[in-house]
Amino acid sequence: MAVTEEVAGQRPAADERLARVNPLRRLMVRPEMGAVSGSIVVWVFFAIFAGDRGFLSARGTANYLQVAAELGILAVAVALLMIGGEFDLSVGSVLGACGMIIVVLSVEYGWNIWAAIAASLLFAIAVGIINGYIVLTTGLPSFIVTLAMLFIVRGATIGLTRQITGRTQLGGLGNVPGYETAKAVFASRLKIAGAEFSISILWWLAIAALATWILLRTPFGNWITGVGGNVQAARNIGVPVIRVKILLFIGTAVSGWLVATIQAVTFTNSDVLRGNFREFYAIVAAVIGGTLLTGGYGSAIGAVFGALIFGMVQQGIVFMGVDADWFQAVLGAMLLAAVLINRFVRNRAMEVRR
Amino acid sequence: MTRHIRLLAIMLVALIGTVGVTTHALSQDDDRAGLRFVVVSHGQASDPFWSVVQRGVQQAAEDMRVQVEYQAPNTFDMVAMSQLIDAAVASNPDGLVVSIPDPDALGPAIQRAVEAGIPVISMNSGSDVAKELGVLTHVGQTEYEAGFGGGERMAAAGVTNALCVNQEVGNQALDLRCQGFTDAMTAAGATVEVLAVDLADPTGSQQRIEAALASNPDINGIMTLGPTGAAPALAALRAAGKIGEIQLATFDLSPEVLDAIEAGEMLFAIDQQQYLQGYLPIVLLTLYNTNLNTIANDVLMTGPGFVTAENAARVKDLSAAGTR
Repeated sequence: MAVTEEVAGQRPAADERLARVNPLRRLMVRPEMGAVSGSIVVWVFFAIFAGDRGFLSARGTANYLQVAAELGILAVAVALLMIGGEFDLSVGSVLGACGMIIVVLSVEYGWNIWAAIAASLLFAIAVGIINGYIVLTTGLPSFIVTLAMLFIVRGATIGLTRQITGRTQLGGLGNVPGYETAKAVFASRLKIAGAEFSISILWWLAIAALATWILLRTPFGNWITGVGGNVQAARNIGVPVIRVKILLFIGTAVSGWLVATIQAVTFTNSDVLRGNFREFYAIVAAVIGGTLLTGGYGSAIGAVFGALIFGMVQQGIVFMGVDADWFQAVLGAMLLAAVLINRFVRNRAMEVRR
Repeated sequence: MTRHIRLLAIMLVALIGTVGVTTHALSQDDDRAGLRFVVVSHGQASDPFWSVVQRGVQQAAEDMRVQVEYQAPNTFDMVAMSQLIDAAVASNPDGLVVSIPDPDALGPAIQRAVEAGIPVISMNSGSDVAKELGVLTHVGQTEYEAGFGGGERMAAAGVTNALCVNQEVGNQALDLRCQGFTDAMTAAGATVEVLAVDLADPTGSQQRIEAALASNPDINGIMTLGPTGAAPALAALRAAGKIGEIQLATFDLSPEVLDAIEAGEMLFAIDQQQYLQGYLPIVLLTLYNTNLNTIANDVLMTGPGFVTAENAARVKDLSAAGTR
């Protein structure tokens, strides 16, 4: 009893915000901690059970990193939007539409591939603006608005493609003007240790670095967290809520465009169903990465590791020799584990303050 | 709280672990020189057609005493499928079986497998590109020849004016079926009209077929390119009271098709026998690995096989058992 009084007496004016926090605890309360340690656990798991079957080889690493990269590009943008308090379920359909726009314009109408890529970028930006504008002017939940957009874009992609070409799968992108330069930017493969690593991995890391810098080092990053945490308070202190959110919606649509371009150029073709379910997988990766569904809290690095876990599990069970039929069951279990761990970590984070 | 998480983690590991262990245990003690093959198809787990292929694969694995893993993407996603092929290649199996519905998307991954020295056999789709990709052989039905065989049979049944009902215009495989059918019929002196219907709208399809029959009373035969076209065609014939008067045949099997053939309402069904498309590649890869045997044909044809009133009852039993 006497001891406590003595301690309390030593720093009577101590402000709780200035209190020193155990560095280990400080690390633990970072939103991405769950995903980082989860990545290590998953990697070790597959290294033990599938290490002798190619998981540890350079070729195997290149394989799951490519899967993680294509999801990770989406997940980082989706995580930013979710931190800003909104959802975008139209990402996958924008991915399918952009790929189709590129192939139809350049193969059917003879455009230079760069012009076609630019046109599809404009399309993605337009979808982002429309999503953001409808959500913000009507006050409807973005979940519903973008779900409607998902169906509209996917349906129009199928309908228009069939009307123009009579098919649902279009190829021949490898012979259009400008393809070689586009291939260098979006689809080259870097040979490291005998395996070919897709350049999409670099795109993924670059976008993650950009997003992290925005989130942690710029006023815009504070605005994102602000509008996601308490939109009224943010508005009151002068945050341009509408501009911030519309830019975030553009960000997710453009991430869909980037993956669409990478896939179309890599495979020299496009399919109206491409990107199906990607919007959910991107949200899953962001949530595994510690981003809250309620907004205001999360990290881009977390989304990177969420996508990495996703890629390792999706491909790892193939290396293990388990039928891919099981992938969804494992994915669901992982998602549940991730949110429980994140909740636990967050509760701890609250305790630290006291 | 911590206890819960630990429990959950243990359950998750146990789930993955059990699944892994069971597939290993199936064939581990009795392996034929420890051979391991991977099958990557585009057939989703829920598709009844592909579950027959999968049964063929399993039975062959058991009969050949080899270990086989069957992989397919969750949705019709060629990007995911090419990544599955890459993963299979990285796991360095003794042989790879793939279906090739989209040569643009899957070609490079298959070529990487061939370059890595893995024997590859393609099945089901991709007969026209298999050879140039370096695949050992293709096991499947070539659509044009199947249509041609169907046309010959229909002409032999006395049909002189036929409808070719296409439920999926733009699908190249279906166009080839119709083309082969038309060529065989024309060679026999008969005429063929193509009628497009919508596979998602059976009622509308039935109306269109009825209208086509009414507008051309000379038609005495209908060939549908799949069960989704056969069901409305059958309904149209029943509604018009023309069963038996107009001969009906189809590609591919379904329970309704088998019933109709057994009852004498349909002439025949062209069966690509997809069980063989799962079974035979495993046999061929085993022989390639143990005895360096190869097949001289570019395409090992599993179809067209014909289901008629004579064998419909037996095929129906086999279909119920999941092997046809």
